Amino acid sequence: MHSDPEFISRVATPLGFYYLILCALNWGAAALLWRRGAKTFFHVPLPGRRNGNGHAAAVAVDAHGATNGNGAIAITDVLVWLAVGFAFFILAPLAMIGEPLELPSAVKQTVNELSGPVTLALGSLVVFAIFFVFRRFFTQPIVAWVFLNLALLVMGMSMTDPNFTSIVAKPDNVPIVGLVFLLGFFTWLATYKAVVNDDRIARGLPPVEKEDSEKVLVWPDLVYTELICMIALTAFLLVWGIGLQAPLEEPSSSVKTPNPSKAPWYFLGLQEMLVYYDPWMAGVVLPSVVLLGLMAIPYLDFNRKGCGYYTISERKFAYLIFQFGFLELWVILILLGTFLRGPNWNFFGPFETWDAHKVLALNNINLSEIFWIKGLDQSLPKAPPNSSALREIAYILVREAPGIILVGAYFVVLPPIMAATIFRKFFVKMGFIRFMLMANLLLLMGALPLKMVARWTINLKYFIAIPEYFLNF
Amino acid sequence: MSLGESIRNSQLWKSVFRHPMPLDRRNRIVVMLTNFFLHLHPVSIKKQGIGLSYTWCMGGVTFFLFLVETVTGVLLMFYYRPTLEWAYNDILALRDVTSLGIMRELHRWGAHAMVITTWLHMYRVFLTGSYKPPREFNWVVGVILLLLTLLLSFTGYLLPWDQLAIWAITVGSNMARATPVLGHEGPFAKLLTVDGIPMITNGSDARFLTIGARFVGEETLNRFYVLHCIGIPLAVALLLAIHFWRVRKDGGISGPL
Repeated sequence: MHSDPEFISRVATPLGFYYLILCALNWGAAALLWRRGAKTFFHVPLPGRRNGNGHAAAVAVDAHGATNGNGAIAITDVLVWLAVGFAFFILAPLAMIGEPLELPSAVKQTVNELSGPVTLALGSLVVFAIFFVFRRFFTQPIVAWVFLNLALLVMGMSMTDPNFTSIVAKPDNVPIVGLVFLLGFFTWLATYKAVVNDDRIARGLPPVEKEDSEKVLVWPDLVYTELICMIALTAFLLVWGIGLQAPLEEPSSSVKTPNPSKAPWYFLGLQEMLVYYDPWMAGVVLPSVVLLGLMAIPYLDFNRKGCGYYTISERKFAYLIFQFGFLELWVILILLGTFLRGPNWNFFGPFETWDAHKVLALNNINLSEIFWIKGLDQSLPKAPPNSSALREIAYILVREAPGIILVGAYFVVLPPIMAATIFRKFFVKMGFIRFMLMANLLLLMGALPLKMVARWTINLKYFIAIPEYFLNF
Repeated sequence: MSLGESIRNSQLWKSVFRHPMPLDRRNRIVVMLTNFFLHLHPVSIKKQGIGLSYTWCMGGVTFFLFLVETVTGVLLMFYYRPTLEWAYNDILALRDVTSLGIMRELHRWGAHAMVITTWLHMYRVFLTGSYKPPREFNWVVGVILLLLTLLLSFTGYLLPWDQLAIWAITVGSNMARATPVLGHEGPFAKLLTVDGIPMITNGSDARFLTIGARFVGEETLNRFYVLHCIGIPLAVALLLAIHFWRVRKDGGISGPL
């Protein structure tokens, strides 16, 4: 059954401990809930012990999840997480003896075939949208806990795949796995608190944070928290440092280019943008715009509400724009660039072997070619030989006119239209300069997904292609 | 008089700590005002402002990681020589021979963690709207600190001088070639041509400035080493001071009005 017994034997022990930790997590949760008082979901009647009316007697909630003496077991949250923990407890020794729970190869193959830049980008967007719209449901602690358990289980099952593990367990990639779970947790926490606050605000109450405006002394209340954080962090770093050796590859060689050559992981979103943009955009202009845009946020956001507490409803626009930029355009692209881009920057599914000889057809064409050759059925305008530099530039401008007009309209014509229509209120409140800055930042940010979609649908390479002057957009 | 008491009553002790143990309310206030390290904090604070579920403690964790990086970094500097001859071998020795070679692990994982906690700190600050007036400028300082954190990590990435290092830096610094006007493969660079001689070449452009040579080599190693150990940390330290000072001056940690 195992694809690679030698590999399985190598991951057996770590996986066993991994499942033990998951077991401890769930039992810890059960213990916490038990102390708080268990919540009963429903009762299961015991066979053969029915009361006179012929159906199980549902009686008072038994806080300890035991039988209540009247012939029914109360199924409580404590019991459920004890059982889930027990399931992980069973999985641990199975993994240790080399029989770990694995993903069926049919599932792995389907995932590989389905995954790609398009599915990943659009899929994550859809998932984020669902999470956002139904945030009231997804932020319930029990739902979030189910999702965490599922994610960790799938992660454990995937670790039995050599291709998956070789990427995820690469020492420099381990922090990114941590980042995914940390972001998941903190996004849940922030959304949970925002949902609670939004409910209170809707009922005319102040946010929860306001309730605790009583003052306490920094010594001991804050300094002790800081001390404990420092000690915990030091311990964590020591365990990490002992458990995982820092990577050191072969000595550098300027003639042996590794394939793929990747920038440090936090720049891989930018490297992924190189698929869609030339280096001057992906490596210089867009990063600078990201930094400038971040710095501009406090001066563009004229909404005075939502300062000092978690809320979504009071600042939906700012919230959505930021989440789209951070989670979708920054983090998802980093994950894509780190885990799913292999040799020659080709896309590989999570369970796919990184084959350096994988060949993908690249038949991207420029907008000018679409316009002149496909549309008007004539060759690209080209200056006659030995023309002057100015004449050549004139011909280039004619050749690229469709793209120049389109891009020009996007950045010049759209902002006034936005100001007059959907962003009318914004324009009134922000004034000309601030509005134009915001509109152009938004349009620059939107240019990336638009370019992606154009690439996926019509194989568009560049809107404007002037390789003579390294000016491709 | 017990030993502890006599120590606490000695002239030496009293010259260092100018107040009794912070056991009662008065001394708990005094200690915050008279201790150099503690006076970064206010004396009292709103209860919600120190709740972990509100702050995530991410700013503090990032600062602590910066201190960890400084301490482990200084220790690593004792063992590491930034030359083509020694750089790789010194790292190898740190792994195989040197006692406390785990400093390298702490330094590297601490660095990755610091990038992540910086992002999480900014995430929290955004989600609580804490960049809003009067804290706009401190957010700007924070964004610069984000950039410096990334540059610290990027410059340090080169120092082990293995394949991972030089190719990551090569990929990263190649971007500078395409800087508009100032990169020799960037848009409009051709405009800077005097008498038919291009001013922006691979020996004079933004990439050359970044790595000190036409390709990642010994000049780059030296340049990145100095930036990593001296230049950027100094800038970070200065901006951190401003960042913390502004937190206090802008009204302390954010909270609902």
